[in-house]
Amino acid sequence: MTMFEAILLTIITASTPLLIGAIGQLVCERSGVLNLGMEGMMIMGAACGFAAAILSGNSYVGVLAAILAGMAMSLIFAVLTLGLAANQVASGLALSIFGLGLSGVIGAPFVGAKRDQMAKLDLPVLTDIPLIGKALFGQDPFVYASFALVIGVWWFLARTKSGLVLRACGENHASAHALGYPVLKIRLLAILFGGGCAGLAGAYLSLVYTPFWSPGMTAGRGWIALAIVVFASWLPWRVLAGAYLFGGITILQLHAQGAGVKIPSQFMAALPYLVTILVLVIIMSRRGGQQAAPASLGTPFVPDR
Amino acid sequence: MRIVLTRRDDAPAWMALVSPLIAVALTLLSGAVMFALLGLDPLKALGVYFISPISDGWALQELAVKATPLILISVGLSLCYLSNNWNIGAEGQFVMGAIFGGWVAIATHGAANGPWVFPAMMLAGMLGGAALAMIPAILKTRLSVNEILTSLMLVYVAELLLDWLVRGPWRDPKGFNFPQSVMFDKEAQVMRLMADGRINLGTPIAIIVVVIAAIMMARTLKGFEIRLVGAAPRAARFAGFDEKRLTWTVFAISGALAGLAGIIEVSGTMGQLQPSVSPGYGFTAIIVAFLGRLNPIGCLIAGVVLAITFIGGENAQISLRLPLDVTRVFQGMLLFYVLACDAVLNYRIALVRTGGAAA
Amino acid sequence: MLPAPPLIEARTVVKRFGALLANDHVDLSVAEREVHALLGENGAGKSTLVKILYGLLQPTEGTLLWQGAPFSLRNPAEARQRGIGMVFQHFSLFDALTVAENVALALDGNESVARVSDRLAEVSRAYGLPLEPGREVWRLSVGERQRIEIVRCLMQSPRLLILDEPTSVLTPQECEGLFATLERVKAEGCAVLYISHKLEEVRRICESATILRHGKVVGNCDPRQESAASLAEMMVGSKVAPARHDRLTTAGEVRLAVTGLSLPSPDPHGTSLREVGLEVRAGEVFGIAGVAGNGQDELFAALSGEMLAEAAGTIRIDGVATGRLGINARRLMGGAFVPEERLGHAAAPAFRLSDNALASGHATNGFVQRGMIDRAATRVWVERVVKAFDVRKGPRDPEAKALSGGNLQKFIVGREILRNPRLLIVSQPTWGVDAGAASLIRQALIDLSRSGAAVLVISQDLDELFEIADRMAVIFHGRISSPLDTEGLRREAVGLLMGGAGFAADAVDEAA
Repeated sequence: MTMFEAILLTIITASTPLLIGAIGQLVCERSGVLNLGMEGMMIMGAACGFAAAILSGNSYVGVLAAILAGMAMSLIFAVLTLGLAANQVASGLALSIFGLGLSGVIGAPFVGAKRDQMAKLDLPVLTDIPLIGKALFGQDPFVYASFALVIGVWWFLARTKSGLVLRACGENHASAHALGYPVLKIRLLAILFGGGCAGLAGAYLSLVYTPFWSPGMTAGRGWIALAIVVFASWLPWRVLAGAYLFGGITILQLHAQGAGVKIPSQFMAALPYLVTILVLVIIMSRRGGQQAAPASLGTPFVPDR
Repeated sequence: MRIVLTRRDDAPAWMALVSPLIAVALTLLSGAVMFALLGLDPLKALGVYFISPISDGWALQELAVKATPLILISVGLSLCYLSNNWNIGAEGQFVMGAIFGGWVAIATHGAANGPWVFPAMMLAGMLGGAALAMIPAILKTRLSVNEILTSLMLVYVAELLLDWLVRGPWRDPKGFNFPQSVMFDKEAQVMRLMADGRINLGTPIAIIVVVIAAIMMARTLKGFEIRLVGAAPRAARFAGFDEKRLTWTVFAISGALAGLAGIIEVSGTMGQLQPSVSPGYGFTAIIVAFLGRLNPIGCLIAGVVLAITFIGGENAQISLRLPLDVTRVFQGMLLFYVLACDAVLNYRIALVRTGGAAA
Repeated sequence: MLPAPPLIEARTVVKRFGALLANDHVDLSVAEREVHALLGENGAGKSTLVKILYGLLQPTEGTLLWQGAPFSLRNPAEARQRGIGMVFQHFSLFDALTVAENVALALDGNESVARVSDRLAEVSRAYGLPLEPGREVWRLSVGERQRIEIVRCLMQSPRLLILDEPTSVLTPQECEGLFATLERVKAEGCAVLYISHKLEEVRRICESATILRHGKVVGNCDPRQESAASLAEMMVGSKVAPARHDRLTTAGEVRLAVTGLSLPSPDPHGTSLREVGLEVRAGEVFGIAGVAGNGQDELFAALSGEMLAEAAGTIRIDGVATGRLGINARRLMGGAFVPEERLGHAAAPAFRLSDNALASGHATNGFVQRGMIDRAATRVWVERVVKAFDVRKGPRDPEAKALSGGNLQKFIVGREILRNPRLLIVSQPTWGVDAGAASLIRQALIDLSRSGAAVLVISQDLDELFEIADRMAVIFHGRISSPLDTEGLRREAVGLLMGGAGFAADAVDEAA
């Protein structure tokens, strides 16, 4: 494997969890719901996914458990914000805190346990493409799933009636209600989708990326995924670009550290967080940066009268 | 069946007091279920968590030490949240306060220093916290960058900065290579209130802050401005209040208070800088603020409640071998229930049978 | 032979919201091909009734009949399948979506947006209601937005078209266009349920009417046989006197002078002000007419000081340059302001009346001593306003949202007028309030001007301006026309200006 291939491969590995998490969150936000519980859902996915994989001995069972864990977490959020019209920001924070704690409790017996990385799924012929072939098409199933999610979400939002209805709920929930669309039900589904994706992203971390469980292992990736959605102006293709930008930066700083660049490691480690802020600044200072957000984002809907 | 919410025009006043109590009760109940699932005797476990921290004088002092930073930070956060400014980076501002204040202590270490060192450290700590908090505030008012994400990202940055300092330039040369700074001089440590206890001057400072904030919120035009900007921003503009300047003000205040908590914690209980100076006070204070209904007096009470879970968590780690994370589970659940009970406050909730007659 | 059953009939419909009885045994029947008016004051229960007919609400009691057979509607989709279409008062449109997407959302089934576009173009051409399918809604004028709502109803071949206050946002000329469309729809076999409080137009286009008051039907009539005054009396339950208005004899000195005021709108979907110039004199009521969304919000913000002008000299109060001064500085110079939105702008919904008095009066009314609030003083002030303006408020110091629209508006106008301002700027003073409150407020505005203050009224209700204004100008695309004397002014002339005729060519071009 060439150096280029190696770097490309690691970038893909670093970007995939961000991409999966962000694309789920994008759907959720397009329906008008801001779920700041990403970090909590993601780490619950990581803990439950790893625990289930160890107990069952099957990585796919782990993946399934992770998705369910993410969805279960998002369901708590949905009950609070949709059922009881609670503040979305506060509820999301509560979910993050709760998830970080509960994942620690669930994962405690599995600290130090090891599993082999999930098997790669080589796509024949395509892997023979020079330079990018091995990196793009000799990957684990998550990577393919992440690309499929981007395409699927794009197609759903841009091309289907259901996607149009979901966007309508995010733009103006009162009008959507007046036309007879079940706003809360649509948002529930969107929240669950976001939760499932977050769980899947977490499973990637504990089953492929590391692959082991350690408490707090998401290290702010959930929050970065949220930032990527803003960076992407709520568009699926730009989420792809954003996730790979952040993945690239993470890997670059690792390689820089490995290459013995004379900068303290802490500064390099702070880079993704600083870049997140920088990117948000750049995107917002461009004209119209603010306009892209769904108009009803973050506002609770209570059908009155 | 489905839940139907109807907005209340006027919520009865007693509900504002009762709802946090219900939230605490529900948290205890859920905790009992969780302990039973973990195979523990629920009553005994709850006892370790919630009774042992208030069982004797020593424990009560410890409780005050733990509650102090929570109260200081949450009072500042309440001002932010009331005015719709979502500062969730108090943990970073706490660390920054520790760094700035700690710098004063380290710079004057061993030199002839007088009683001015301690106030200078407090001031520096507040400046440090405020400076970090101003970054999201300025980005929000100038460029409409979401303050939630920026304030949180800066937590990681501040923690890494501290980590670098105590492993690098500020490491105690005589510290056997441990990642920690020198022990602060006696003048640079927060005064203990009792010769044989842990309680220090930080606690009365926190109580004074609560009193000032309570008066400000209840009686002054500034307090009214904070409430109005949060509740109805256009009406606040109509009242002639400057929303952007207020954003700066509340971020600066909450950052300063978090910074103050940070330096009090470092100089009062640790006596030196270490790679990690907080067990998550900055995040727990968010829960304190909500449990205290964004009211300074409420924060005082809620701060004590959450401090109990911290100490209870430490006790449970020793006596029940439970991971410290159980504390966070409690804290997260508590916030869930607080938010849910608030819904009871703002809306009339009815269960409606779904049938032909319902939408 | 029995007469044909009515197309749609509501029998003893009751709708209860908690303690409130919004519809109290209401009967309504609309015959085939009939244009039927539903009349009533704000809060009389009209909206509730039409929401029931459109499947958005379910009646607590009572039955609905369609051509004589009982039926029920679980949701708007079922109503649309029956052939019931609805044009909402505050449109149910999505600003960021295109016209075609908006239409597709109101159609049932899975038609692709591209196909909807084609059909939309067809229908809009056939009815002479031009629309560009690919444009985003926020770029469109209010009239065009209403066109979307109408066209998307027509695309479903409706049997019954419900229109809620359709003309309140249109110019007189646009109203004529709407009436022509309704004629045509009726000729094609569709019935119309027409909700309005504009009695002259009801008399002109409706063949029958049902009148609601406090949730009950108080009468049925043929509006063509009634006078506007007799219809109003049925709606209100008592005679409504128009505001007393002596002709202005001598106008005083110039209080408010605006010259060359240009200001970009902070809202990306808003309208920027361009070279606005106007003068309001002491003793007069000056009206600004115009269709919604032509810069009224921006004009109010600039004049009140919520938004600062670029140059101080563009706005002068009593000759003093105030363009760069904030709202409280202008209040201290004798200015008083009443914005359009009652809840959320003029008043904070969850704040008590005393706190809302504090909000607009903290700089001028001595409510604050050395930073401390004098709560007793604010409560006394509330009582004064309540007494002077007949605000019915229930408890001693209720939250603003607990008051009815009319009572809250009386409080908001009253809290400003009682300060004896030298200049009052008010936007939509009687929008959505009951007739009694409206007439009290209009009279108070006239009386204030006659006591020597300058009063500027921004209103989309042309009837209101004709009733109270001494002079008026029209705002269109952020520009303001030359002032016109109300005396002897024809509505059509104002209507043409509201549609942009007579403005500089570049302003009209942008409209197209």
